[in-house]
Amino acid sequence: MVVFEKPKALTDVPFHYCPGCTHGIVHRLVAEVIDELGIEGKTIGIAPVGCSVMAYDYFTCDMIEAAHGRAPAVATGVKRADPENHIVFTYQGDGDLASIGMAETVHAAARNENITIIFINNAIYGMTGGQMAPTSLPGQVTQTSPYGRNTDLCGWPIKVCELLSELDGPEYLERVTVNSVAHVRQAKRAIKKAFQNQIDNKGFSLIEVLSSCPTNWGMTPEKALKWIDDAMIPYYPLGVYKDRSAQKKEA
Amino acid sequence: MADKVLMKGNEAIAEAAIIAGCRHYFGYPITPQTEIAAYMAKQMPKIGGTFLQAESEIAAINMVYGVSSAGKRVMTSSSSPGISLKGEGISYLAGADLPALIVNAQRGGPGLGGIQPSQSDYFQATRGGGHGDYHLIVLTPASVQEMAELTIKGFELADKYRMPAMILADGTIGQMMEPVSFDFEVAPQIEKPWATTGTKMERKHNIVNSLYLDPATLEVKNIERYERYKIVEENETMYEEYMADDADIVLAAFGIAARVAKSAVNEARKQGIKAGLIRPITVWPFPKAPFKKAVEHCKAIISVELSMGQMIEDVKLASEMKVPVTLTSRVGGMIPTPNQILEDIKKAAEGGR
Repeated sequence: MVVFEKPKALTDVPFHYCPGCTHGIVHRLVAEVIDELGIEGKTIGIAPVGCSVMAYDYFTCDMIEAAHGRAPAVATGVKRADPENHIVFTYQGDGDLASIGMAETVHAAARNENITIIFINNAIYGMTGGQMAPTSLPGQVTQTSPYGRNTDLCGWPIKVCELLSELDGPEYLERVTVNSVAHVRQAKRAIKKAFQNQIDNKGFSLIEVLSSCPTNWGMTPEKALKWIDDAMIPYYPLGVYKDRSAQKKEA
Repeated sequence: MADKVLMKGNEAIAEAAIIAGCRHYFGYPITPQTEIAAYMAKQMPKIGGTFLQAESEIAAINMVYGVSSAGKRVMTSSSSPGISLKGEGISYLAGADLPALIVNAQRGGPGLGGIQPSQSDYFQATRGGGHGDYHLIVLTPASVQEMAELTIKGFELADKYRMPAMILADGTIGQMMEPVSFDFEVAPQIEKPWATTGTKMERKHNIVNSLYLDPATLEVKNIERYERYKIVEENETMYEEYMADDADIVLAAFGIAARVAKSAVNEARKQGIKAGLIRPITVWPFPKAPFKKAVEHCKAIISVELSMGQMIEDVKLASEMKVPVTLTSRVGGMIPTPNQILEDIKKAAEGGR
């Protein structure tokens, strides 16, 4: 008999996330992967600033809270402190990773820093109450783009996987989502590979997860999941953007 | 007596850091401290250490935050504009009670300023420099030998009190060459049970964090930190007195300014004026005791600085203004001559004019 249980890598602290938010799913997937790979004892997670700031309370592995956007630099330090014995992941949102922390993101990727980044793209700043993010879609209404994101005034969304894929550095870049059972399963495969790559010393892996924010999108949880299909995936196509080891094999 | 080697001040810091067991250095190029990075780039690979040129000062200080979280000795170095950029990370280090050594080879400011020596980051260093209530242990070397000694001391104090320490140097001491001995006793590194090194499934997870959303908890954290600062003030204040015991005119100066001031004291004594010098070696914690003692007998205090007058505020507080406290300074990369100081000593000896 299979019993559905909470992953061991999650603590008993109840999540603070809003109803319909997909942070909970992604936390669970990360924890399941940590369990399956048996790496909890050597894993150090870096929490961002943003909705998942308190991720340090949710994972049973050692955790560090970083300054806004600086998680890849902190992860670089933790990894290099003991490369043989530390498995290091960061968990970051779009404002954290693609706005204030863009330099740290790009340079960690360029160095092929042997870390794993879980990047939550929900096209909005959640914690501060729904402001325009670097990933907000053209025309998207937010607190700071009340008439819809005007690309003439505030430019275009940043496609992180596409951007990083131009670099020689990174090992693995994939964009996934978690708005259906099939997508959740694919997301878990990607996250597991991102951790396995680090175990195998292959280098920088980043998994971008298109996520929902019903509260700040002003939608029901159900509509929010549908909006990922209807609006986000067309702009941010799912798929593998870089897999250097696979490319090497093909060559 | 061990052999001495001729070395630049910046290189002495780097070598001393390695002797102290520091195996991780992160930095970003800026004049006038590049010798530290160059030395580390050469030496670290030979001893299994990490030298990494970060993409910015901000990234460098956060890499420091990462290594420190993992319980290892780590340092970064920069000069004034770069230290401003590190300010955020330094505040986080203090907030998460993480030790680290930060070197500031000060140059003239504000803004891009210049690349010549200065002491105008005194406020920034002694008042924290970033947001929030916190302090750094701030050490001010006045010779190449002290660059080395205080680097070791900085690592030890940072670990002991779980707070960042800063070497507040300047372009002159960083660049000048003097004989230096590295014959040090380095105390064994202390255990860091709080470090995030992986639970090894043997303990509850450690969390390195500076976020406390509950105001009552955050208040307690701040108060506890200041209790620790009080112990630092009681036990770790360092200073040198030079002919201050019977002095009528007491100079206050640190770092390179103190060396010029010492020359002025010697000259004044030759001319029959009883001058002396109090040289703070830690500027946080600031040595209040020698000033309290000095005002019992001296007529005036002159703060000699390479700034528009920053340390003078601490001198006024420490002396409780019981005698006149004036400023002798040059700024922008200029350095006062012993003569300029001597003239001000004479004026003060004549009762000020």
